[in-house]
Amino acid sequence: MAQTTQPGPVVSAQHLGLTFPTNDGDVIALSDVNLSIEKGEFVSFIGPSGCGKTTFLRTIADLEQPTSGTLTINGQTPANARKDRAYGYVFQAPALYPWRTIAKNVALPLEIMGYSPAQQEERIARTMELVNLSGFEQKYPWQLSGGMQQRASIARALAFDADLLLMDEPFGALDEIVRDHLNAELLKLWARTQKTICFVTHSIPEAVYLSTKIVVMSPRPGRVTDIIESTLPPERPLDIRETPEFLRLAARVRDGLRAGHSYEEVL
Amino acid sequence: MTRFIPVITVLLAILLLWYVAAIPMNAPWQQTLNQRAGLEGVGPLDFAGQTWSQDKPLLPAPHQVVGEIWQATIGTDIASKRSLAYHAGVTLASTLLGFALGTLLGIGLALVIVHNDASDRSLMPWIIASQTVPILAIAPMVVVGLGAVGVTGLLPKALISMYLSFFPVVVGMVKGLRTPEAIQLDLLRTYHASSWQVFAKLRWPASIPFLFASMKVGIAISLIGAVVGELSNNAGGGLGVRLLTGSYNGQTIQIWAALFIAAALAALLVVAVGGAERLANRAMGARP
Repeated sequence: MAQTTQPGPVVSAQHLGLTFPTNDGDVIALSDVNLSIEKGEFVSFIGPSGCGKTTFLRTIADLEQPTSGTLTINGQTPANARKDRAYGYVFQAPALYPWRTIAKNVALPLEIMGYSPAQQEERIARTMELVNLSGFEQKYPWQLSGGMQQRASIARALAFDADLLLMDEPFGALDEIVRDHLNAELLKLWARTQKTICFVTHSIPEAVYLSTKIVVMSPRPGRVTDIIESTLPPERPLDIRETPEFLRLAARVRDGLRAGHSYEEVL
Repeated sequence: MTRFIPVITVLLAILLLWYVAAIPMNAPWQQTLNQRAGLEGVGPLDFAGQTWSQDKPLLPAPHQVVGEIWQATIGTDIASKRSLAYHAGVTLASTLLGFALGTLLGIGLALVIVHNDASDRSLMPWIIASQTVPILAIAPMVVVGLGAVGVTGLLPKALISMYLSFFPVVVGMVKGLRTPEAIQLDLLRTYHASSWQVFAKLRWPASIPFLFASMKVGIAISLIGAVVGELSNNAGGGLGVRLLTGSYNGQTIQIWAALFIAAALAALLVVAVGGAERLANRAMGARP
């Protein structure tokens, strides 16, 4: 665990590019991305399909390799950051193992990283409490609703105390009501844990409600078109979404998305 | 109860068909017998009764087979070479040994294939080819060949069972070990898990349903392999030997009794694997 109070940014990308070779020619997933994420920030990546937001998150996680530019996580290469278990990753689907109970699913990274049974137990209890799933430890995934399953997968990502949380449209498959609820819970969790969060979404209200910084992206080639520093206060009740400040930010995000004139290019 | 009504209906229909079929099948021989004995004017019902109670009928009636099974199992000392239970035990032993060896071989080959692209391309064609060779041609070579170097008894027969039963396990386990989706593999990659951990925590548990499906097929054909092995070497006894001696001596009732015992044994073994599967499912939290 090498992330001891480093002065530099948690994530730093300079002229980052990623090109997938395909049979129909190269697909430019990321082009000249420059971005710096400081400790404790909540950064949302928003944009239409194919804008590279998920690819960028996967590149931070060392699940994809950039083809140009530089990317550092806590000052190290993504590969070393992954080996240091510097981040927890929450996927679009919960990806819980059906043959493990919820507690055992949360224990999965702890088992792999070699935590003692006592430490595992303590961390399971703490993270289950953090995502409001206490009492469901012995249930199997199929016994839980979709929202609870995704909360369990967040608990799993939090269990080993990485300072960086990467979330790839974690609430995309959930209905509006559950999503609102989980957004509010996620903000509380972020305030309690002081983690740095990178959050991919294609919902404008979600991005504005959650973030301290919104990165607007556009496709073909995938690139950053606007970076918006949020002016909302840290304390955000759900009805902040009706304030003029919120609507002004949402309008700016919408403008940014439109400026990428992505939808005309499709087909 | 409603579960059993269809089963019993089919069973009764088969029994009826069997008794009816036994009359024309055994009629010519019965007519010859009656002529020799100078019997004339036998009524149709009596004649039917005669065809159902011959010593060496072409098609024995069900009650004759059941009688033979009863007499040769319950009615005979189990240690005796004339006990069908003894022979069933011999076959069961080589079936189980062959099944265990075949399952281990199948899992081992699947592991090599899944973890190594080159062996996928090089091994799989040979594994498939191995099953296109008639087992009846291979069995005598294995039994006689091993006998020549002094390996006799259980092992040669078990090897034939293994030869048959490893195949469904390889095919099933290759599929099973490859079921984890990209997202589940990515998850373990974010934890920097070793390939042994990927196997132990993800691939192996994910493949268990496939293992049991394969083992159900494997254990049934293991029994066939053991019986075929016994046909090539009648020294140690077994159901295959009973089939063979029965056919040498025209003892059709004995043949049918051995066949039924073999079928019942296979059914029991498949049910046993099914039971183990249910236990495993429960332990792995499957939806009931």
